[in-house]
Amino acid sequence: MNERFPGYDVLNKRAGLSWNNATRAAVDARLAVSREPRFFDAPSFAVLERLCARIIPQPKDRPPVPVAALIDAKMRRAGEIGTRVEPMPWDGEAWTRALAGLEQEARNRHGAGFAALNDISADALLHAMQDGTCDGPHWDQIPPKLFFAKRLLPDIVEAYYSHPTAWSEIGFGGPASPRGYVRMEADRKDPWEAAEAKPGEEARALRHNRHVA
Amino acid sequence: MSPEGLRATGGRAPDVFREGGWIPMRQYGLDEEVDFLIIGTGAGGGTLAGKLAEHGFSVVAMDAGPYFRPLEDFASDETEQGKLYWQDKRICTGENPLQMGGKNSGKAVGGSMVHFAMVSLRFRPEWFKSRSLLGYGADWPLDWREMWGYYRQAEQALSISGPVTYPWGPKRPRYPYRAHEINAAGKLLAKGAEALGIKWTETPLATVSAPRGEAPPCVYRGFCRFGCSTNAKQSTLNTWIPRAIKAGAEIRDLAMAGRIEVDAADRVTGVQFYRDGAWHFQKARNVVVAGYAVETPRLLLNSATQRHPQGLANSSGLVGKYLMSQSNQAVFGRMQEEVRWYKGPPSLTLTEHWNYEDKKDFFGGYCWMAQGPLPIEWAFIQTGARGLWGEALRQEMMQYNHQVGLKMVGETLPDARNSVTLADETDQYGLKIPRISFSWGENDKALIQHAIGQMTRSMEAIGAEDIFAQTEDANHLAGTARMGFTPQDSVVNADCRSWDIPNLWICDGSVFPTTGGVNPSLTIQAIALRTADRIKAMAQRGEL
Repeated sequence: MNERFPGYDVLNKRAGLSWNNATRAAVDARLAVSREPRFFDAPSFAVLERLCARIIPQPKDRPPVPVAALIDAKMRRAGEIGTRVEPMPWDGEAWTRALAGLEQEARNRHGAGFAALNDISADALLHAMQDGTCDGPHWDQIPPKLFFAKRLLPDIVEAYYSHPTAWSEIGFGGPASPRGYVRMEADRKDPWEAAEAKPGEEARALRHNRHVA
Repeated sequence: MSPEGLRATGGRAPDVFREGGWIPMRQYGLDEEVDFLIIGTGAGGGTLAGKLAEHGFSVVAMDAGPYFRPLEDFASDETEQGKLYWQDKRICTGENPLQMGGKNSGKAVGGSMVHFAMVSLRFRPEWFKSRSLLGYGADWPLDWREMWGYYRQAEQALSISGPVTYPWGPKRPRYPYRAHEINAAGKLLAKGAEALGIKWTETPLATVSAPRGEAPPCVYRGFCRFGCSTNAKQSTLNTWIPRAIKAGAEIRDLAMAGRIEVDAADRVTGVQFYRDGAWHFQKARNVVVAGYAVETPRLLLNSATQRHPQGLANSSGLVGKYLMSQSNQAVFGRMQEEVRWYKGPPSLTLTEHWNYEDKKDFFGGYCWMAQGPLPIEWAFIQTGARGLWGEALRQEMMQYNHQVGLKMVGETLPDARNSVTLADETDQYGLKIPRISFSWGENDKALIQHAIGQMTRSMEAIGAEDIFAQTEDANHLAGTARMGFTPQDSVVNADCRSWDIPNLWICDGSVFPTTGGVNPSLTIQAIALRTADRIKAMAQRGEL
């Protein structure tokens, strides 16, 4: 996989001036999230894991982001909070129904569960959901297009981009407190920011990024 | 981490400037009839609490949220800092259901100012008379010249950092603190504005550019909208709340108001609130509701009695009506150079050109500002505005450091369809939850289209590539308990005093009859400062 910020790891700053204790505690808890589902049952969780993998492909050379596990953890806390957009049900129920709908849709179309579909079939099914062109009694309780736009995409990308792997991948500076930034101009960066591997500068970027702390 | 339990108790409150620190705080008994019981401690309630206490009134101000110490409690993390938002159950409906959360709510001592973007702008004077002078919306019962003085007071109270001369509107003094250095994203707004031949300026911001008391200057960490962990940001939490406590007010954290009680003579007697695992009743001579445009009407509606079957202060039927949001659409693009918009306050520059230019074929105005979304928000924009996912999303996200954008804050017209009502479902306190209905009107859509067109021109002028518009987004709220001239046309008068119940007051963004094309927080504070002075004057004349 082509790395835009080779060798850059936001976590190398964890012990330094850019992270305060509150940040360390919050991110440590996220990295330690239980990989075992407690909100979803095992078959639903398998559908969710496959879904997350299609929505946001992950870099192969960085620690994986447990996207499905983070969504499971979020749904565990969803009992008393959240905004419900009519006519959708509350978040936890919406996810449960949508995963069941996705699974049934896969079985209707391909005679196999969603997790077993090849990438092309899985993506075609997701496009149908996004466009609202899937139909049937399994979608009666959950409007597929609305769910896809308002819950599925936001919840998955929120989980993925809450993780240091994702921050490092896109060259984001990451947590910044108490130390913020000094160089505010275009094309300027502080020594504790990631260097981009522009063509011909890959080795220099790698050398810089290894020293970010 | 969030505080595990109450912090403002036992004769002390957290010292927001010290990890683990405390300051002494006066406390009142439940049977002590305090002069003012204020519900909500944000831009309206927090400011009013400070000023009323300094005027010598006995004040208790409660907030449903925790009492944070920024230095020890605030992480540099978009997800963790969701603890600052009001996330209790709400139902959203209408043609354009509002997204509730960080842009329009707060649940903490200090309210949503704890995480606001610090943009501190004055209304255009004509907006206080938009019906008479500009032909739309409703007039305010306030005079802009009087408000100009209160704006100045609010700017001084927060040591706003801003330009020496402001390019639009009547002359105003220079801002108390010098403007901040402009980041690359802010400079690109300026370059675009100059290419279009319109004015721009450094945004007046409530984060200090030099030390002030115990607040250090801003270090440009860029997490402003997720709480300022250094106290550079001047929010209610570290300005008015400490002032209120010093002047003898009590702040009650984690205290959820459930019901305002009214006696047979139609005067409020106090408030039922939930705190520390039980319901309590606090006696008060006056109650001020300052819960913002959703929780304020919700509490008034949830306090209905046989004599007030439509809810309190609602003989006009206007409580919960004319909910407004502000249009918050944006245009984004990509630059060859590295912009790294995550550095510094997100909106260091702005243009108010279209707030002051009336040659338009729609009502109302808008400004636009430089942007600096952090990764999760940026991913929401990619998925929400463009529907991207899969490898396309991943590749777009890799361009993060080259992105630049402009985001509008636009006026929406008051529309009777847009409302806050009660649903049958209840929340964790057993209180009926709000149903929030919102749809853009035709004028709103025309204004948004115009703004997207202008912002696109600006982005083209700076040579941005892959330009796209985020066509659906809204932010600040207003309305739902409007102020006006008669008991028939409004819920409160110019002094934020209820027409129906003379010792019930409303002091937050819900009193706005119109919302203007700038961020509302400074206007909410100016109204609170004026209300405090009016209350003092009325008390001296025995008119309370």
